[in-house]
Amino acid sequence: MTSTRCAACKYFRRRCRPDCIFAPYFPADNPQRFACVHKIYGASNIGKMLEELPVELRVDAMESLYYEAKCRIQDPVYGCAGIVSLLHQELHSAQSQLAKVQAEIAFLDATNVALAKPTSSADASLVQENGIDQGLDDQFNMWFY
Amino acid sequence: MGSGSSPCASCKLLRRRCAKDCVFAPYFPPDDPHKFAIVHKVFGASNVSKMLQELPVHQRGDAVSSLVYEANARMRDPVYGCVGAISYLQNQVSQLQMQLAVAQAEILCIQMQHEPELPAITNHHPSMIDCDAKSLLLSGSNTNDFGEQIMPQFLSYTSNNNIMQDPLKRECHWT
Repeated sequence: MTSTRCAACKYFRRRCRPDCIFAPYFPADNPQRFACVHKIYGASNIGKMLEELPVELRVDAMESLYYEAKCRIQDPVYGCAGIVSLLHQELHSAQSQLAKVQAEIAFLDATNVALAKPTSSADASLVQENGIDQGLDDQFNMWFY
Repeated sequence: MGSGSSPCASCKLLRRRCAKDCVFAPYFPPDDPHKFAIVHKVFGASNVSKMLQELPVHQRGDAVSSLVYEANARMRDPVYGCVGAISYLQNQVSQLQMQLAVAQAEILCIQMQHEPELPAITNHHPSMIDCDAKSLLLSGSNTNDFGEQIMPQFLSYTSNNNIMQDPLKRECHWT
């Protein structure tokens, strides 16, 4: 008779009951998955977490626990929190870059408006003199970097 | 932990004598019992002890901070925990990167419209010079999957998170 124990019960070398709480989420063909979460959280804690959750949410909960456990094994110091920190930094960097580029667009738009306005040659020469007519010269772009 | 000192938060919770070389004592002071309680609830004292003992002493402080952070996240969101935050942040970053790409394309459009020497274009109708920033963006090669925040997608972060900077700079993120 072939064994139908889940990965958790196989790990603990015990009989896997029909109502085993681990069985739906830790199939026998993936023993590493249970070993990973057990190493970080412990089977007892995982069982308690499962019991406290509605059945329809348990799959996602076990997926997230497995992911966090893998992160912790790969990075024993920072685990998943390290990824959160990295993302915060990326978010901050992207916000800064976006603000910079939006400022540049605003500047260019204002420049274009100014260029479209001159009605006399005097005005045009004034614009020329101030260098605004240089349009998108590199020296203006350098202001932003 | 000296003989006359108060036991650390972990030994208080576990109701045991706090030894001098208690592995928890430096990181779970008695004046903050909640900190250990939450870590114990999610990870278990035994597992935390093993994790700390496997780390060099100078890394244990950061390890405890990250464990507390993850435990708090799991208590707030018992289904997704920290992973929910990762998914959310990943989505935010993707959206910002898309906005950035559109904005950069817009600058390119503006530059193209005011390029003084466009021999092939100057003979055409002015409306052909007009360019839509988004169409310029889409005609390019930037075809990242923006907005993907489904759980399995973020698994790729585990292979890309080797950029670990000074942990002190990340203290503010633990809360």
